[in-house]
Formats: sequence, structure tokens, C-alpha cells
Amino acid sequence: MSAPTPIYLDNNATTACDPKVVEAMLPYFTEQFGNASSMHSFGNKVGVALKAARVKVQKLLGAEHDSEIVFTSCGTESNSTAVLSALKAQPDRKEIITTVVEHPAILSLCESLEKDGYTIHRLKVDGKGRLNLDDYAKLLSDKVAVVSVMWANNETGTYFPVVEMAEMANAAGVMFHTDAVQAVGKIDINLADTKIDMLSASGHKLHAPKGIGVLYLRRGVRFRPLLRGGQQERGRRAGTENAPSIIGLGVAAEQAMAAIELERTQVKALRDKLEAAILAVVPYSFVTGNPDNRLPNTANIAFEYIEGEAILMLLNKQGIAASSGSACTSGSLEPSHVMRAMDIPYTAAHGTVRFSLSRYTTEAEIDFVIQAVPPIVAQLRKLSPYWSGTGPVEDPAKVFAPAYA
Amino acid sequence: MWDYTEKVKEHFYNPRNTGPLDGANATGDVGSISCGDALRLMLKVEPVTEVIQDAHFQTFGCGSAIASSSALTEMVKGKTLDEAMKISNQDIADFLDGLPPEKMHCSVMGREALHAAIANYRGEVWADDHEEGALVCKCFAVDSQMIEDTIRDNKLSTVEEVTNYTKAGGGCSTCHEPIEEILIKVMAERGETFVAAGAKKATQAIVHIEPATPAAPKLGMLARIRKIEEVIAAVRPTLLADRGDIELVDVDGKNIMINLTGACSGCQMEAATIAGIQTKMIEALGEFVRIVPVAKAKATACASHGGK
Repeated sequence: MSAPTPIYLDNNATTACDPKVVEAMLPYFTEQFGNASSMHSFGNKVGVALKAARVKVQKLLGAEHDSEIVFTSCGTESNSTAVLSALKAQPDRKEIITTVVEHPAILSLCESLEKDGYTIHRLKVDGKGRLNLDDYAKLLSDKVAVVSVMWANNETGTYFPVVEMAEMANAAGVMFHTDAVQAVGKIDINLADTKIDMLSASGHKLHAPKGIGVLYLRRGVRFRPLLRGGQQERGRRAGTENAPSIIGLGVAAEQAMAAIELERTQVKALRDKLEAAILAVVPYSFVTGNPDNRLPNTANIAFEYIEGEAILMLLNKQGIAASSGSACTSGSLEPSHVMRAMDIPYTAAHGTVRFSLSRYTTEAEIDFVIQAVPPIVAQLRKLSPYWSGTGPVEDPAKVFAPAYA
Repeated sequence: MWDYTEKVKEHFYNPRNTGPLDGANATGDVGSISCGDALRLMLKVEPVTEVIQDAHFQTFGCGSAIASSSALTEMVKGKTLDEAMKISNQDIADFLDGLPPEKMHCSVMGREALHAAIANYRGEVWADDHEEGALVCKCFAVDSQMIEDTIRDNKLSTVEEVTNYTKAGGGCSTCHEPIEEILIKVMAERGETFVAAGAKKATQAIVHIEPATPAAPKLGMLARIRKIEEVIAAVRPTLLADRGDIELVDVDGKNIMINLTGACSGCQMEAATIAGIQTKMIEALGEFVRIVPVAKAKATACASHGGK
């Protein structure tokens, strides 16, 4: 089979900027360079374009008003703004509810807040990455400033029931924020019908450029800005607007909305094909997370007894880009916190590989990956002291007797 | 993606001496599957000469772990056990034209597997108190365990001391926050509280200007000049004692131009002297003023000719 390379299956990390998005942005680097706040025609035209982009993002999110959309610099900024605002607006509430599998943008922030004296409740997940809503219900109280729970997990794609959780929070009088950077653009979202107060999204996950994020702020939710200064974003996020990127995001939002059906059908079908074909051929491999309730584009497969970075390097040699939850890819010692939280055994957690597709992924690409993966796994298992012939050594603890562990 | 050298990539893509070794009479196992890397080194040692005739490996691990294992087998072949014992982890890294700091532990594991295999051959028990933490200092590849142990063993209490003992934090300094966190933890164990030494220090004495009492009338032009002259007269004896002198050149709003001459001019302490005069002047006038030293054209010309 000829290689349709390079094959990019790391769309949960970032996506290629769509050519149409780039095209729409270009004039705003050159002739349309004005500052939207200025009182002359240079600025005015930019202002009009920003307004149009805001409406497109509003539609993608199903928000009731376009003024509920605040542009930020990235998903991380949106997350920090949301959580810190909730704390500042409600100084008597000193608790936060989140989950153990959030993105570091929430987890690191919470760790830091913990040192400042806040109480952080981290909901645990089961082997498939699911929450226990009874545990959650028990934690909701008037001491909680905000609940921050991701819509879809970046590593496994597993959904959390955020719509339901937001209803519960609302009933308890608690603000609800969701980090939806992986979900926005891949699934239908209609915020107007939910009780979600705040939502974070990121442009570069949906074929817009890096450096542009969105914070959805439901009308009436008490808010305290992170950045203060000028009146941009109605005073909720000061700093001159990143006009080209906002306009690019508007185009990307429009395209994502038009293509959302493709995610449900074509992208999901390719993902399912990839997964089924690999699992059928490679022994001692399994899907992590909840296969029945997850993003249509994400496949996270654990290959036992081998290490993820080595797999990625061999895939990369064949022009295939994916990512791994192995400790070695991050420079930390522990494998991914998401895998550990689901209690994936170490024998597998170090060997997880995430393939994340996009609507631009083709069947020829998936076919190529399907035939490339099994020999790579076999090659590395041949090198592994835990593997012998066609299966793992019978009792790894006995056969491999390290001088230290 | 890591910035691996061509040699690391080459040894990873085409590892040498893999799989079980027939006739091996020495085996060293290190690491574990939970750590994310495990290495088994097998040697065939000639009993009389103790020359390593062949070496094979099996490794569960990342690219650099496999490359380090492959390099190690190539390096030890043909060496006697005593020669092989001298191979350091740096030698393994050098053989591969270097490893990223986060990956140096792969070379450490290689050396340990070698020591374990040799101990196994000699019937000894090889033990290592090997413990590893997350990498804290990327500049000098120092992990949290190393920092924690060093703080505990030496009763360290500042980031500066940690840098002196371990080098951690001595490069780009971006890891000072995690180092402080380890200090807080270990110092709490011995009942002490960490006090940050890194708080910014003022480089100059801060002058507090007392607000003029409303009753006190603002100094008139003449009274102001007289006050200025009084301050200069008051500091002159000190300067004269050091074989220097001062004269008032001009007053322009908040700028008071003076001329320092003699030993004071160009003296190392000139800046300190001016700051001292400025403080006195501010106190006397009850307003902020700036002392500006101006060199007279003649004095400058004179100085450029080598002075007196």
C-alpha cells in the first residue's frame, strides 16, 4: 500500500488551520489592521467583522445572546478566568468541585488554589472513566463557589454528563463551569437549553488558529474579570482584540457547525474501523475510557507490555502522528493521570496511544494506519523482557527479577 | 517530540544485540513495568580472562531506554569485567552523542544493569538505593528525590543552598518554585518554617518624604536657595576631610546641580555621596529634589589629561 503520508491523527492536541480560515484572516494583518476601539473607518470595519464572528461562535454554542461570548487568548485563560471569577464574586464560598481527570489547566489551578486555602473536591472515576453522581450530589452546598467539570476528556474522549450536572448545581445554587475545548465543534451544543453558567472553548481544536479562546458567560452570571483595563469584550476581558484570530474563529465555527453531521457519521465510522481492526489483530490491547459514550473522533488504545513513546517514534517514522499517555512522552515519571485514575494497570498505562481523527481524515489514511500498527507492536514486544513468543511471560514478577523496582 | 540525536534514533530504529542470549552466564535486571522502563542485560563472560564475549538486552521502555541498552551492549563487548565496571552513565550518553536531561535516567539504568549483571556473575548481591523523582531542574537534570534527600541530609533551608549542593536551580532559575515547595515539605518534617529569601530587596534606601504641615508656608525662592546652601555648607566639612569639595552650580526646579571636585570627583563612593546629600536636601526642603552632579568643562578637560 502506498503511504498517503503524513497522516495526522493527533487532532485532540491541535488541528490544522483550515485554508478558508487563513484566507479570511489575511486581510486583517494587512489592509484591515485597525483597532476596533478606534473612532475611524480603519477601526470600524474591524469592529463590524468582530461582531459577525461573535455571532457565528454564539450559534455554534447555541448561546442565547452574542454578548455571552467573550474572546480570550486560549482555553487555559478561559478556564482560569471562569474559576477565579467565581471565587472573587463569592468571597464567602471557599470550595470547588472538580474531577481527577481534568486537563492540567484546571488541575494545576486547583492545586495552586488549595495552597491558598481553598478546599478542592476531586470526583473520582471508575474503570471506564465515569463519575458517580451521588458523590457529586453530596458535595453540592452553599460553601461551593463553582463546579468545574470537563465536557469530554482529552485523552479518552469520554463524556461527562455536564448538562445534568449543571442542572444539579443550579438547583443547589452553585455556579457551573465546563471545560469543553474537546467537545466544541465535534458535537451538538445548545447552551441556551442548559443551566451551564460558563464554558471554555479553544480555537485551535476546531481548525482555527492557536492563540484564540472563548469563554461563554451566561447572561446574569456574576463575573469578575481576570484582566482589567480597556472596555474590550464589554470590560470583561481587557486587552486589544486579536482581530485576525477572532475572525478566523468565526469562519471555523461556521464550518464546524456545517460539518457536525460528518463527525457523527464519517469521522465516527473511520474511528470505529481503526479501533476494531487493530483490536482484532493485536493481542493484549484494549480501548480505554467508555466506548459507549465518547467523542466520535477519539480512539485511545492500550498496548500491554510495551511503552508508548517507543510506539510513537516508530509510527512517526512511517509518517503517522499520534500521542501517548506514557510517562516518557511528558518527562514525568507517572503515566497519564487519566489512565491512573481509571486504574489501568501499569502494564498497559505506559503503552496507551491516542489516535484522534478530524473530518479531514481519509479512509486511505486509516487503512494505512491499520496495517502499520500491528508490526510496530510486535517489534517492540519482541524487545520487551515481559513478552515471550506470542504472549506475556507467565509470571512477570518471577521471570523478571530486578535488583530494584 | 524529544530532541534525540541521530545516533539515539539510529540505535532505537536498529537496536543491536536484542533478545535472549544463548550461553549467557550473567544477567542483570533493573527497573520495573510500573516505572515505565525495565532493562535486562545478558552477558557471556569467558571464565578465565573475564572478557565479555557477547552481550544482549531486552528492554521495556521509551526510545532512549532502548537506544541506551543497545549502546551498552556494543560498549561492553570485548571488555574485561573490570574494564566494563568503569563505564559510567555519562559514557553511555556520550556514546549516543548525548541524551535530553529528562532522559539521562535511561543511561543510569544501563550502568546499573551492567553492575547488576557483573554482581550476578561474581555471585554477589547487587543492591542500589535507587530512587527517582520527577525531574525538577532541567538545566542540570536534578530530580525531586535528589533535592529532597540533599535538603534532609544537610538540613538546608534556602533555594540558594539547594543550588550550591545539587546545582538544581542554578541555570535558568525557572524551577525555584518547585524547589521552594520541597523545602517547605522537608523543613516542616523537622519543625521549621521555610522563609523565602528571594524577596526583592531595595537597592537604595527609601526616602520617606514627610508631607509638609499645612501651616508651614511653602519656601520662597530665596529661602529655598538659602536652605540648599545651608545643606551644602553642612556636608562640606566631611568632604574637605576627604580632600574633596562641593559647590552649588545651579538650581532648576527639582534639579539641584552641584559640582564635586578633588578626591570626591570620580571617587568610587561618588554615587553614595550624592545619594546622601540628596537625602539631606529632601529632608531640609520638605520636597523631592534631585542632586545632579555636573562636571565643569575645565575639570573634565583636566581629568582627561591625567588630572593634576
